Amino acid sequence: MTDASLPAPSERRQHTSLIAPDARTRKRKAAEARFRMYGIAGIATGIFFLIVLLVSIVSSGAGAFQQTFINVPVYLDPAKLDKNGNRDPEEMSKVSTFGYSPLIQNALLNIVNEQSIETPLEKGGDMKALISASAAAQVRDVVLANPDLVGETVDFRILASSRVDGYLKDRVQREDVARDKNIDAEHLDLVDALLPVGVVEKTFNMAFITGADASESRAESAGIGVAMIGSFFMMLVVLVLSLPIGVAASIYLEEFAPKNRITDVIEVNIANLAAVPSIVFGILGLAVFIQFMHLPQSAPLVGGLVLTLMTLPTIIISTRASLKAVPPSIRDAALGVGASKMQAVFHHVLPLAAPGILTGTIIGLAQALGETAPLLLIGMVGFIASNAPDGLASGLLDPNSAMPAQIYEWAKRADPAFYERAWGGIIILLVFLITMNTIAVILRRRFERRW
Amino acid sequence: MSFTKLTTSALAIAAVSATAATARDQVQVAGSSTVLPYASIVAEAFGENFEFPTPVVESGGSSAGLKRFCQGVGTEHTDIANASRAIREKEIAACAENGVTDIIEVRIGYDGIVFASQFDGPEYTAFTPSDIFNALAPRVMVDGELKDNPYTMWSDFNADLPSEEILAFIPGTKHGTREVFEEKVVAAGCEATGAMEAMIAGGMSEDDAEDACLAVRVDGRSVDIDGDYTETLASIDANANAIGVFGLAFYENNTDSLKVATMSGVEPTTETISSGEYPVSRPLFFYIKKAHIGVIPGLKEFAEFFISDEIAGPDGPLANYGLVSDPELAETQAAVSGEQVMGGGS
Repeated sequence: MTDASLPAPSERRQHTSLIAPDARTRKRKAAEARFRMYGIAGIATGIFFLIVLLVSIVSSGAGAFQQTFINVPVYLDPAKLDKNGNRDPEEMSKVSTFGYSPLIQNALLNIVNEQSIETPLEKGGDMKALISASAAAQVRDVVLANPDLVGETVDFRILASSRVDGYLKDRVQREDVARDKNIDAEHLDLVDALLPVGVVEKTFNMAFITGADASESRAESAGIGVAMIGSFFMMLVVLVLSLPIGVAASIYLEEFAPKNRITDVIEVNIANLAAVPSIVFGILGLAVFIQFMHLPQSAPLVGGLVLTLMTLPTIIISTRASLKAVPPSIRDAALGVGASKMQAVFHHVLPLAAPGILTGTIIGLAQALGETAPLLLIGMVGFIASNAPDGLASGLLDPNSAMPAQIYEWAKRADPAFYERAWGGIIILLVFLITMNTIAVILRRRFERRW
Repeated sequence: MSFTKLTTSALAIAAVSATAATARDQVQVAGSSTVLPYASIVAEAFGENFEFPTPVVESGGSSAGLKRFCQGVGTEHTDIANASRAIREKEIAACAENGVTDIIEVRIGYDGIVFASQFDGPEYTAFTPSDIFNALAPRVMVDGELKDNPYTMWSDFNADLPSEEILAFIPGTKHGTREVFEEKVVAAGCEATGAMEAMIAGGMSEDDAEDACLAVRVDGRSVDIDGDYTETLASIDANANAIGVFGLAFYENNTDSLKVATMSGVEPTTETISSGEYPVSRPLFFYIKKAHIGVIPGLKEFAEFFISDEIAGPDGPLANYGLVSDPELAETQAAVSGEQVMGGGS
């Protein structure tokens, strides 16, 4: 090149300085600034919606962690509960919960009279609107467990009805009560009067975290605890099945399998399986596990098996990725000093890939934990109020729900108190998911090695 | 993947063989979402008062529930189907094909169907079947002639109704409520407005005209809701001018946000429904697979408990929740304790 061929730039840039940018540079800089702004705007929008989401979840769901209780001493009338006077639990169990309700209503009426509260409600039956339908069962269980209590006055802490609870949480407004046949303004006046004397109180609701589902007539006693146990057993099945199967499959495919058409087809299919909508696995589970293999309906075992199918591709893909990330020199070195192929894999490659595998597994489990659609088809969504299972077998085989299924179920119910509980359930589910993802991040940060 | 599937199946089979002996010891119920609240209240009380485990109650609609019910006899199939309408001949035939022959029909009571709108919304306070037909049918009578439905406002055909855009959320076809809505409201309106006569005069056979009467318009003013009433409620909340179809019990739990309309001048309450004054009501049923009695522990006890006086009677928890109790409950109780199956056999 000669000067003659490149005279132009120096001539053209004669009047420009490096400090004052020319039009083209300004344009490029503006484009860059704009691009940054788009990025920041995008992130800001994302954060804004995240905050809106979290605020709405917490504000709608926080109420579920508080519940209204009534402290009332109940006289366990022998004439009603044990007519023969034998104190035989067998005989006393003939008195159903309907026989216990009047005792509790009268007990509450007694308190109202003792406190000399002015109220037009004079009959025991008028107290029904204040007391949860679960109270009778609570008292009955205590009496049947300790028959000797009959004839004594025992202090009980029973749940208030969902309308009373809603009133103390501002969910039930006085002006709406006129149209509500479940509760009257007089009842609310009574609640106001009983509140300062400590008969009615609103406290932390442990039963929401540990309890079982409840029917539509007693939203106040519904809890997510049993569904949580159902989720736990399902995750146990998923972990026990999908981790060994997934890791074994990916080690074989990655380290041992010959590269031919068959393994190519398998690889493509695993990638495709990861994209199959989860409801499809639910249909498969219904057809194979329940109708063909005759496994019990609504059992966490079946739920776990279905979710295993769903989680396997996720685990296989992430395991293969982390096996691939281990440099070939490690394998070569191991083989070079005389290790067998299997020794090379299990002594050297697998430990180095372990953090990646664990991360993938935890993320797969978190995904399975939040899954509802496949459970719809195998009978795990519905009114399932079984008590907490007492062992591994009953935990796996007795009907149970799962946390997301329970939330879905509550969101469908008529009483607005269930709606609050659905949000409360979301908070608990989110806590689990965030915990699991945090563990995955920590594991990756701590143990992952890069080459 | 074939390897993994093999392993999964092997493990599953192992699990089956381990559990074959324990089979199933809780009653399994599925069906109508209208009956679900009642069934869950009874299931809960049943679990509390008896030694048997609490039955599992699933929803999904009457048709879906009966379909599952009819799939066969055996512990992997449901024991009870809830339905908000009577079982159809076709379904009985489908049942029989799969070996489900002895079915016990149990009527638990009556339920009203109400038309409700947003509490602060327009004044939808009084409807007649003709109004609903004029608003929602694809072909209606205009000036004595059958024409494609030209109405966009309620006030277009009835000056007493507010001048608001027509928008209705009605139950989808898998719900038993839809059938009652069609029979007691749309078909009644079809006859009352004279559209049915016009169809027959136009060359349709009577059966075809009856079917044509049940159609709803498809231009987006009538929206099918396949989910539960909460979905209808959410749609009503989002559309101030809309009306929705609900069960009486659901409305009574949400009186703070819904306002109910009268039908032909009668307000829906448990009293007007049990007296028969309020026209849009229907019986609620559940169906028991007789072959499962004695196999599934507690099945018969659950059925008897369900219709006992203290549960389904006029002062029981079901009536409290919104069920209109059946005046002929005693006969139903006798039929269940005698295990009387449909079709007269025993």
